[in-house]
Amino acid sequence: MLLLHCPYCGPRWEQEFQCRGEAHIARPEPAAEASDATWAAYLYLRSNPKGLHYERWQHTHGCRRWFNVLRSTLTHEIVAIYRPGEPKPELKR
Amino acid sequence: MSRYSAINLLRNALGGHRHWPVVWRDPAPKPRYEVVIVGGGGHGLATAYYLAKHHGIRDIAVLEKGWLGGGNTGRNTTVVRSNYLNDESGSLYELSLKLWEGLSQELNYNVMFSQRGVLNLAHTEHDVQSLRRHVFANRTQGIDAEWLSADEVRAFCPILNFSPGARFPIRGGSLQRRGGIARHDAVAWGFARAADRLGVDIIQNCEVTALKREGDRIVGLETSRGEIAAGKVGVVVAGHCGVLAAMAGFRLPIESHPLQALVSEPLKPVLHTVVMSGLVHVYVSQSDKGELVIGAGADTYNSYAQRGSLGIIEGTAHALIELFPCFSRLRMLRSWAGIVDICTDVSPIISKTPVAGLYFNCGWGTGGFKATPGSGFVFAHTIVRDEPHPVAAPFSLDRFTSGAIVPEHGAAAVAH
Amino acid sequence: MSSQPFRLATGGRIDRQRALCFRFDGQVYWGHPGDTLASALLANGVRLVGRSFKYHRPRGILAAGVEEPNALVRLGEGARAEPNTRATQVELFDGLVAESQNRWPSLAFDAGQAGDLLSALLPVGFYYKTFMRPKGWWERYERLIRQAAGMGRAPQGADPDRYAKMHAHCDVLVVGAGPAGIAAALAAGQRGARVVLADEQAELGGGLLAAASLIDGQSAGDWLALALATLRAMDQVRLLPRTTAFGYYDHNFLGLVERVSDHLAAPPAHLPRHRLWKLRARQVVLATGALERPLVFADNDRPGVMLAGAAATYATRYGVRSGKRAVLFTNNSEAYGAAIALADAGVQLTAIVDAREDVRDDWAARARERGIRLLAGQAVVAVEGRRQVAGVRAMRLGPGADQVTGLPARLECDLLMMSGGYSPTLHLYAQSGGRLVWDPLRACQLPGEARQAVHVAGAARGSLELAQALVEGTAAGAQAAAECGFAGALPEAPQAEPAPAAASLRPLWLVPLSQSSGGKRFVDLQNDVTAADLMLATREGYRAIEHVKRYTTAGLGTDQGKTGNINTLAIVAQKLSADIAGLGHTTYRPPYTPVSFAALAGQDRAPLHEPVRRTGMQGWHEERGAEFEPVGQWRRPHHYPRPGESMHEAVARECLAVRQAVGVVDASTLGKIDIQGPDSPKVLNWVYTNAWDRLPIGRCRYGLMLNEEGMVFDDGVTARLDQHHFHMTTTSGGASTVMNWLEEWLQTEWLNWRVRFTSVTEQWAVAAIAGPSSRALLKDLAENLDLSDEALPFMGVSEGRVAGLPARVFRIGYTGAQSYEINVAASHGMALWLALLAAGEKYGITPFGTEAMHVLRAEVGFIAVGHETDGTVTPDDLGLARLCKTSQDFLGRRGLARPALRAERKQLVGLLTDHPKTVLPMGGQVIDRAELRPPHPSLGHVTSSYWSAHLGRSIALALIKGGRARQGERVWVTNDGGLAPATIAPARFLAPAEAAR
Repeated sequence: MLLLHCPYCGPRWEQEFQCRGEAHIARPEPAAEASDATWAAYLYLRSNPKGLHYERWQHTHGCRRWFNVLRSTLTHEIVAIYRPGEPKPELKR
Repeated sequence: MSRYSAINLLRNALGGHRHWPVVWRDPAPKPRYEVVIVGGGGHGLATAYYLAKHHGIRDIAVLEKGWLGGGNTGRNTTVVRSNYLNDESGSLYELSLKLWEGLSQELNYNVMFSQRGVLNLAHTEHDVQSLRRHVFANRTQGIDAEWLSADEVRAFCPILNFSPGARFPIRGGSLQRRGGIARHDAVAWGFARAADRLGVDIIQNCEVTALKREGDRIVGLETSRGEIAAGKVGVVVAGHCGVLAAMAGFRLPIESHPLQALVSEPLKPVLHTVVMSGLVHVYVSQSDKGELVIGAGADTYNSYAQRGSLGIIEGTAHALIELFPCFSRLRMLRSWAGIVDICTDVSPIISKTPVAGLYFNCGWGTGGFKATPGSGFVFAHTIVRDEPHPVAAPFSLDRFTSGAIVPEHGAAAVAH
Repeated sequence: MSSQPFRLATGGRIDRQRALCFRFDGQVYWGHPGDTLASALLANGVRLVGRSFKYHRPRGILAAGVEEPNALVRLGEGARAEPNTRATQVELFDGLVAESQNRWPSLAFDAGQAGDLLSALLPVGFYYKTFMRPKGWWERYERLIRQAAGMGRAPQGADPDRYAKMHAHCDVLVVGAGPAGIAAALAAGQRGARVVLADEQAELGGGLLAAASLIDGQSAGDWLALALATLRAMDQVRLLPRTTAFGYYDHNFLGLVERVSDHLAAPPAHLPRHRLWKLRARQVVLATGALERPLVFADNDRPGVMLAGAAATYATRYGVRSGKRAVLFTNNSEAYGAAIALADAGVQLTAIVDAREDVRDDWAARARERGIRLLAGQAVVAVEGRRQVAGVRAMRLGPGADQVTGLPARLECDLLMMSGGYSPTLHLYAQSGGRLVWDPLRACQLPGEARQAVHVAGAARGSLELAQALVEGTAAGAQAAAECGFAGALPEAPQAEPAPAAASLRPLWLVPLSQSSGGKRFVDLQNDVTAADLMLATREGYRAIEHVKRYTTAGLGTDQGKTGNINTLAIVAQKLSADIAGLGHTTYRPPYTPVSFAALAGQDRAPLHEPVRRTGMQGWHEERGAEFEPVGQWRRPHHYPRPGESMHEAVARECLAVRQAVGVVDASTLGKIDIQGPDSPKVLNWVYTNAWDRLPIGRCRYGLMLNEEGMVFDDGVTARLDQHHFHMTTTSGGASTVMNWLEEWLQTEWLNWRVRFTSVTEQWAVAAIAGPSSRALLKDLAENLDLSDEALPFMGVSEGRVAGLPARVFRIGYTGAQSYEINVAASHGMALWLALLAAGEKYGITPFGTEAMHVLRAEVGFIAVGHETDGTVTPDDLGLARLCKTSQDFLGRRGLARPALRAERKQLVGLLTDHPKTVLPMGGQVIDRAELRPPHPSLGHVTSSYWSAHLGRSIALALIKGGRARQGERVWVTNDGGLAPATIAPARFLAPAEAAR
């Protein structure tokens, strides 16, 4: 049962949130010019790493805001939380 | 004495059971194999077995990073059925179900496939329409399916909640009588033993650390037990498919999530079929040992940790009691999680890949156990012929580019 | 009151002044407050309490706590029955009723024990090797196997009790209130931290409850009372007795279950039975103690063979001697304490059989002081007696412990105490992600590297000695508090007198069989797994410890192998000549002890299983006897049957009323989103397929929403109320999906757009009136509202008053009839509804439900999301390609351009059956011939199908491959009886009314 620090509300338990999948997947623009392969990558392909994962969460049962989380899929440790539009924190190896 | 039968059980009893042969050898990896299967779960072992049995290939290794059947094969809720919506899925799962029906005899290992029926409950008008659509689709596909009225459901499974206070009253259900459950570990062990008899090297504690390519072609693997050259490599690693795909340099339309399941303490027989409800979100059967085997939901986040949240378990408990009020005072004995590889269209991938000689079989999500024999059967064919088995063709990777996906979202809100 | 032959005259923490009456297998017995069911049974001389799983061997009480594998009973009766309950954890109450399990016809004469005689034919995994012929017979064999397996019977009927949940936070959670836990709670509490101290027992104190040592100069009991009083006096400390921490989840979140009223015959009205604590702790101290291990020797399962510590607990805590004459069989010195405690309680100690050679420590000296005979370097190799120990035989143990030699010595006893060492209780620690490391010296697992904010103290980290436990507990508590920011002076650890010096233990995992006696050596008592089974499994090649577990079922019982798992691991390691550490271990899975489903569900049952959303008019629907259907969390009226009317008659009547007069439907459940801001039109242009810039104020437009794959997922009508203000409607079931979709794009992609979305679904009540008389009816009730076609045309919106209520009126509809959707404040919903019914009486107003609504919309060919769409349908499939703008991008547009979406697709068409009265089943498959020989490819399926009373025939919509080009073709549709012939027709059976075009 994760403890997430909503950047707008503070620490709340996982039940208030929903994970909304991988972050930083840009919509190909202009879409009409994107190839089928590019569009498929946008729609379907995911990095699915075993380790640190950039992902989006929504505080669905709270402020309803979306934000980004850098979290380990192996230990569930949360490394960083940042708002949409803020720069992606670099991975420290 | 090595064949399994009642008579040999008796003979071995006289010898104090000292003469049973080992179920599979424990060979050291050879430097090269014609085909290497990565992943010693049910699907991987089945693939190796059918490669050896039907395609005459004997120079095969199965590499398993831990112990055989230690992934989702040993963590699922053992439901077997074939009542899918789309013709493509129907063909695949029905092929599998037919193999299940003779599997104990084929493998000479009792996998305890119990065709006690799988009952899907409808609680709303929409459920009724959706399940009836499945029933009609299945009958057209040649897959057994029956629609039961609410009264018929009650007669079939009287301990279900038919009280007037039910939040989601039961309005009927679809029943596949040929569906049921099997003993999950036995499936891995049975395939392993049968494959071993055909000369397949089953190598445990052997983790693949890199895939070796020459140009666009796979030539071997680096493992924790040394380098192994390979003519062809089939990857069947479920939740870890993304890790292997990354080694091969491509991404998959798959994310890995924790899926939890749990069992109750053992009870005398009380539930005689498999009951599933998409709306109330639970599925349950009773194992031969007497435990209620209960499927819970998947967490929304990606994980490789084989652990999930208590919240999922709580939700499953109230769903269980909603369907079976008399289970309220029973206790959860054990809960666990597997890592399920969920594909965008909730259908599997059985496919060639951008790398020649490298094949992937993954994306079975929450429902791979039932497909074990069929998956191995069509994947073996795909590897040998270097082109998809006709039943597997719709499940190739290129469907994501073309858009010809096999949508089973509606097939069951709880798919497994 | 009948006598309790094994009750000691003095001692223990029971109240001898009060007697409690209870029944076991129909027999009446007596016990005292403070007893467990197990201690009371022992006090009454009841030894045989259960039968084992596979061989139905007679079994007695092995332990005094959670680790008990044998003494499982069915507690209570009827709907309150509770199978598989450990007698060692049941607090005795007056009137308690318990029954033994897994035996027939009775506990003493169990037919199932034939299995014990046939055990040679039933080796581990026998079922994998047989029952395969004849093919197809498995289900028959299985029926017999199932009958034999299982343990208790499930209760019948619904649970009458109540359950609760509690969310809590604390600085320091201390699990276990033994010496280390109490010391930790004191230290953390003194530093000012918010502390929760939980213990599974009714009385806090753990080992202190039976300890004989002095602490800080007082008796352990007095010190405990003082410590508890100190803790109770601290405001920020909460004590939770009868509470088991069962699961350690991520980020220091733990699940605990409090058995609030299990010790009472029935919970009083104000109390739940169980309470689930969901607790987030900044720091956790695990003071969970250790479990004593049995020794593995022939017939070690006989009633009267007991863990040494348990026998001591029964004597010192419950005032019960578990036998008259006892033998201790041990491989360690700590167990001598148990023998001495029994001797001091008046039990005759025949001998101590010690596997170690030459034991010369303080414990041995104390035993000798009491004249107890010591057999060093020996092992028990045989147990006499079947339903009750009648004596044991001991032999010399060879140096490698791989054989026994010499002549057996017969030792008279009715109680065999055993101790094979101690396993720290690290279940929670392992669940937290902490590593376990094998300590060869102490022959047990110890906590290694931690992953969460957790400390381990006392016996749980191998420190069996009281003084050390107190020191470690104090340090852990102080440290945990400090890490939460509570510094201050280091609390002083309580001082206990040092324990007698103890020689180290001799690992003894498996006692060799003697040549003469043989016998089964049990490792897992509940599941009847023997050492021979483990060896057979390894011989057959099941060598990974998980394979051994799964093949033999060792550790899979309701006790989760608490007494057997380490022995299993060690015996397998020994057999494989492997290092125990290298073998790993099986996973410690939650829960630590079984937790009732009811506790996990809490109050979320029956009506609270899922909340019910109610519209302003819900009460009227209920009163009028509407039949409801669940739609999301709503319950919408499906139809309103009149007395004696069938569903079909009611729906036909409701439909005709709309076509001929006027009907009214509660449309409040439609999703409604208020959109404001200058970028609103831009948003609509993106999320809908059509164009929105030029929509005039006061006008509405229908739109389709697609996901990025190009598939329709919702539809609805959106109105422009002002230049920068829109009112969007969605389907009832799709409201939250649409809201999430809008928010996702706005918050993650359209960061600087000036637009806001507000869900107003529950702010508006909506009554939709439909039918030729709808305008006349509305006119009667309208104020400040011009209903002329010029002022309020079809697809227009106006504001004014209806029935005196401020209202927003949309001239839109879903039935093809002239209609108005009247929106008022949710609190005015009922007033509006009643006013419409009253004023509509003269027009023959008829309330209609969702079924009539579907018939009406299908007649005019309007799609319903969820019927005509299922996530795989594009606008063109629905014949709505005209709604897709070509000039601009929109969400889903690129998805539509993929090759498979441009190939031949299933398209929406109508179907007219040959027999007008045949109503096709929804979901029926459409095929191209008059006979079904499966497998046959399907052309598509029926998406909507109804009897149209207005048209006097059945109508159906279907998605059919290439359907639009196949108009007039004949097809066949599967139904319950066979195939129904039909003809493909346009997807519209009736033109909408003039006023609704």
